[in-house]
Amino acid sequence: MTAVATPPRAVMGTRRSVTPEGQRRSWVAPLVMVVLCLLWTVPTLGLLVTSLRSREDAATTGWWTAILNPFGAGWTAENYAGALSGQGMAQGFLNSVVVAVPATILPIMLAAFAAYAFTFMEFPGRDLLFVAIVAVMVVPIQVAFQPMLDLLGPNGIGISGQFVAVWLLHTGFGMPLCLYTLRNYMATLPLSVVESAKIDGASHYQTFWRLVAPMSMPAIAAFATLQFLWVWNDLLIAKLFLSPGNATIIVQLQQLLGTQGQGEELLQAGAFISILLPMAVFFALQRFFVRGLTAGSVKG
Amino acid sequence: MSTVLAAPAGTAPAARRGGSPARPGRMVLGILGVALVAWLVINIFLSIAWFPGWYLNNRLLMAVVGILAGLGGAALLFYFANVFAESLPQRLSQGVIPYIFLLPAFGFISLMLLYPTVQTINYSFAGDRSTEYVGFDNYAAIFSSGEFWLAITNNLLWLAIVPAVTVAFGVVVALFADRLPATGEKVAKSLIFLPMAISFVGAATIWRLVYNLDEDTGLLNAIITGLGGTAQDWLRFDTARLNSLLMMVILVWLQVGFAMVLLSGAIKAVPEETLEAARLDGANERQLFFRVIIPQIRGTILTVFITVLILVLKVFDIIYVLTNGQARTNVIAVLFFQELFTAQRAGQASAIVVILLLLVLPVLLYQVRSFREETR
Repeated sequence: MTAVATPPRAVMGTRRSVTPEGQRRSWVAPLVMVVLCLLWTVPTLGLLVTSLRSREDAATTGWWTAILNPFGAGWTAENYAGALSGQGMAQGFLNSVVVAVPATILPIMLAAFAAYAFTFMEFPGRDLLFVAIVAVMVVPIQVAFQPMLDLLGPNGIGISGQFVAVWLLHTGFGMPLCLYTLRNYMATLPLSVVESAKIDGASHYQTFWRLVAPMSMPAIAAFATLQFLWVWNDLLIAKLFLSPGNATIIVQLQQLLGTQGQGEELLQAGAFISILLPMAVFFALQRFFVRGLTAGSVKG
Repeated sequence: MSTVLAAPAGTAPAARRGGSPARPGRMVLGILGVALVAWLVINIFLSIAWFPGWYLNNRLLMAVVGILAGLGGAALLFYFANVFAESLPQRLSQGVIPYIFLLPAFGFISLMLLYPTVQTINYSFAGDRSTEYVGFDNYAAIFSSGEFWLAITNNLLWLAIVPAVTVAFGVVVALFADRLPATGEKVAKSLIFLPMAISFVGAATIWRLVYNLDEDTGLLNAIITGLGGTAQDWLRFDTARLNSLLMMVILVWLQVGFAMVLLSGAIKAVPEETLEAARLDGANERQLFFRVIIPQIRGTILTVFITVLILVLKVFDIIYVLTNGQARTNVIAVLFFQELFTAQRAGQASAIVVILLLLVLPVLLYQVRSFREETR
């Protein structure tokens, strides 16, 4: 969490040492934080423990009994084996990857060119168009369901149910945020670099590729992390626009949650599997993710 | 596609910028290039949808082809559009290029967000199958339905509680984490931030284990019976909207990490001198917090508040998955889903979305206004 722990004017330590009431308060902060950290981790721990217990154990005793008596608990990985084979969650996981990776990458280049125009070019209507982007970011995606189901469905161009439909939708829905994030970042780049490229006779197209796109990589990574988590964790679009065979793991989980009791033990294992990849992406790219949150924290 | 790429480089090696007269050859090349690339990309994407057999029914292959066609297509499209623009006389060219750069992005936004918004408003005045206009009948129907007002009330309840509680927790965590040793701060923040990576569906699965009806396996019931109380079916317990409150806990749990990250950055950026000056004036910790720190992080607090507010207006997954709006927990987004897909009443469903749009409108105007102030 480097980006969080080392902000511009961090004065940690000094602030503590000069606090007049420091002595008296010193135990409050650790105590509060330990309690909060427990509250924030125990539920997830419960899922992990439950997913590793047999169906009978999980149905008769609480997961915490397994923690209190770890050696008599009878740990098992069969829920994971069951989830991956029987319920086809391996397929669901693959489907999630096939949905999320293109849907993350596709909006970037289109948005980057537009962001370049907004940042480095003067043209009539520029401010108005950008205000439109700010406004559109807040529009709820629910507006799109019926019109897009008509347009992409059998009465339209007939791609609903296929991955392509979901890629297109996420590209459209992610576009305002991507444009906004990239423009805000490009605005912080030194204008002189672009100016001197212009004097050297480079076209805007060349300037974009040789200078601005490489320099914007941190913002692109920030958006990509945000968009990946958003698409991976999405339920609505995947549920409505993917055929059952193409269902993502999140949709499969939702269906399992609907069938009360049936496959309960697979549900916990499946949920944990669905969390693993975003968690890994999150930890690997946390720095960029935090920056993305800070840059464009409002999305419709 | 490589032949397409090679053509312009070979035919026009001397094409440097700066010449102002129009060059019809380059212009034709640009137009043809744009048309050809657009045609190719559209057909590649359609073929992935229509003829999965061409891709051996291999999903990963489709994803790779999709990415390549999308990225390569976009790059070539801009390339040829640029060739076209540069073939125009200088002044015209400078005027056209910005719009060429904007066009694809705005095309997507228009198709996926603007057109549907207009169409939804249009549908909200049409019948169940959107085949004939019915005037304001849909609005009359939803306004006279108890379920709609229940959903609105619940949404307002979510709006009143979740953003404020999230911000409050975010401030508390940011403030106390700041007083921990560096390693402790890092670990604590990571643990609280972690749920940000978890989907609503995953979070619902996690919290179902806490709210489970069974007193032997449900954590909350185990604690309550352990303290001598009686076990409850918490998600159906609608006295004082307790079940809704318990689902709000899930959203707060997911979002506090986000609030903390932004607020922590803001708190750390509060200049030490202002704190020092207040201390010299004899301010205690409480006064320091409320009179010095809070006013300086107001902007960030508002940003977090608005972000969570927008999220809460559209809250769907948690309620849909856990109660499906039963036991008096319904909200607008779930009601919309039920109307559109379960009841098959497209007109009323659209009217509900229009109401949702109207609820979002003040936030939208606020966003636009504060953006304008920022850039002024």
